[in-house]
Amino acid sequence: MVSSVTEKTRDWLKIRDDFPILNSVDARGQRLAFLDSAASSQKPESVIAAVDCYYRETNANIHRGVYDLSERATAQYEAARHMVADFVNAASAREIVFVRNTTEAINLVAQTWGRRNIAAGDLIVVTTMDHHSNLVPWQLLADEKGARIEAVRITDDGRLDMSHLGELLAMGPQLVAFPHVSNSLGTINPAAEIVRMAHDAGAVTVVDGAQSVPHMPVDVRELDTDFLAFSGHKMLGPMGSGALYGKLALLEDMPPFMGGGGMIRKVSIERSTFADVPARFEAGTPSVADAVGLGAAVEYLQQIGMAEVGEHEHNLTQLAVERLQGIPELRLYGPEKPGLRGGTLSFTLGDIHPHDVAAILNEENVAVRAGHHCCQPLMDRLGLVATTRASFYVYNDEDDVDRLVSGLRRAQAIFAA
Amino acid sequence: MVTDSLYRETILDHFRNPRNKGTLDPADFSYEDVNPLCGDEIRIDVRTDGERVTDVRFSGRGCAISQAAASILMELVEGRPLDEVKAISREDLLEELGVPISPARMKCAMLGLKVLKAGIYGVPPADDSL
Repeated sequence: MVSSVTEKTRDWLKIRDDFPILNSVDARGQRLAFLDSAASSQKPESVIAAVDCYYRETNANIHRGVYDLSERATAQYEAARHMVADFVNAASAREIVFVRNTTEAINLVAQTWGRRNIAAGDLIVVTTMDHHSNLVPWQLLADEKGARIEAVRITDDGRLDMSHLGELLAMGPQLVAFPHVSNSLGTINPAAEIVRMAHDAGAVTVVDGAQSVPHMPVDVRELDTDFLAFSGHKMLGPMGSGALYGKLALLEDMPPFMGGGGMIRKVSIERSTFADVPARFEAGTPSVADAVGLGAAVEYLQQIGMAEVGEHEHNLTQLAVERLQGIPELRLYGPEKPGLRGGTLSFTLGDIHPHDVAAILNEENVAVRAGHHCCQPLMDRLGLVATTRASFYVYNDEDDVDRLVSGLRRAQAIFAA
Repeated sequence: MVTDSLYRETILDHFRNPRNKGTLDPADFSYEDVNPLCGDEIRIDVRTDGERVTDVRFSGRGCAISQAAASILMELVEGRPLDEVKAISREDLLEELGVPISPARMKCAMLGLKVLKAGIYGVPPADDSL
């Protein structure tokens, strides 16, 4: 098992060289072990170059410009949209709305589809493991409309309680929102099955794909979800890039999100009519360079292959789980069955506070996150204030796992009475 | 081996063997607050003779930095005149801690002082006024 991982990681070592920041060292000459990709990923040279090149050679405001530069900028922006659509296998590029991040994508759905379709007494179903970004937008909507929110319970090992989901669906919710992969526990939820159950109950589905789209093949037509939100910056793309996928029929029936330039058809002082999708949802000058950079990120990931990305992270996670389980007093949260877990590991180390663990790891130039991971209801459910979280991506290797493990042992040595 | 570690022996000593840990009942004033970043909780109970801090205890839980800093603060204020306690600054406490506190951990380190001042003045101070 371990040796086969070593064989496989050999090819992956080259990938690390594509990421300039990973070649940096700290004041003591230790290279960076970056284990916080679930928060935001590092960027390969090709993405940095695409953004740089855009500003050097193409920059101009898009749409309606009749000069060459503007036409080229528009073409690159729309080409990026096609690449993102292809990446998640959307039927049409018109089903992709560029946004800044997953949070904005979900708020867009809440403020457009939600405000039009959710009424007093309606039920919105979320889960106990949702990131605050797939909970708070629905709370804001529910408060405004007088709707109710119910959360699907989770099992002790961090899986969704599917029978409880069934019970909630029997109450006839209008909307079911859930994470494809948990950002805290790494749980891979049976998204296609949940979508099918929700549709059978007559509900619209919003899948938070922030932790799945960067890490595994995600096919919106296979999932059949109505909406899928994801962040470009977590999948090697620039900060400020993200996308909302929505089924065309639903998008076309939705009112605008923000009002302004770019999203209108005709404007008079009294009223306006609105542009077709997706422009209707992209008011104002978009972050064109970031969209172009996201296109480059998609290209980079497709060259590796998303199935390979998933396999690499799976192998690394397995290796990390084995080694972490060898540390006394370390407690891992989330599903124990390997196939149910993505490349995110949440744990506690005895009674050492996760922030102290992360601070000691930082002294070894190992970057992890500690806290509630924007999942306070989940932490409450697990009876925790916080966990330490290590997350993997394409550029991580066995050495990063070793650095994590030795840093954790050092933390234990420091706190040993 | 790391030599400029945040977790030097003084910090670890105060974390493991906190000074003046506990509560006072009755107390002349008590206050508690949390640091949402780490989920640190600290409560401080104080008795005074009107001029000096005659007795002080802290209780709570959280990261080593918050708890050690509160313990160090106890030693700093016990028996001291109230006007001197009021004058204790962020810099004073950082000097006592003697380790480099990064911006991310400043709220942990200052929680005890924030709670103490809120107790003395009856209102919580803004974070940047400590």
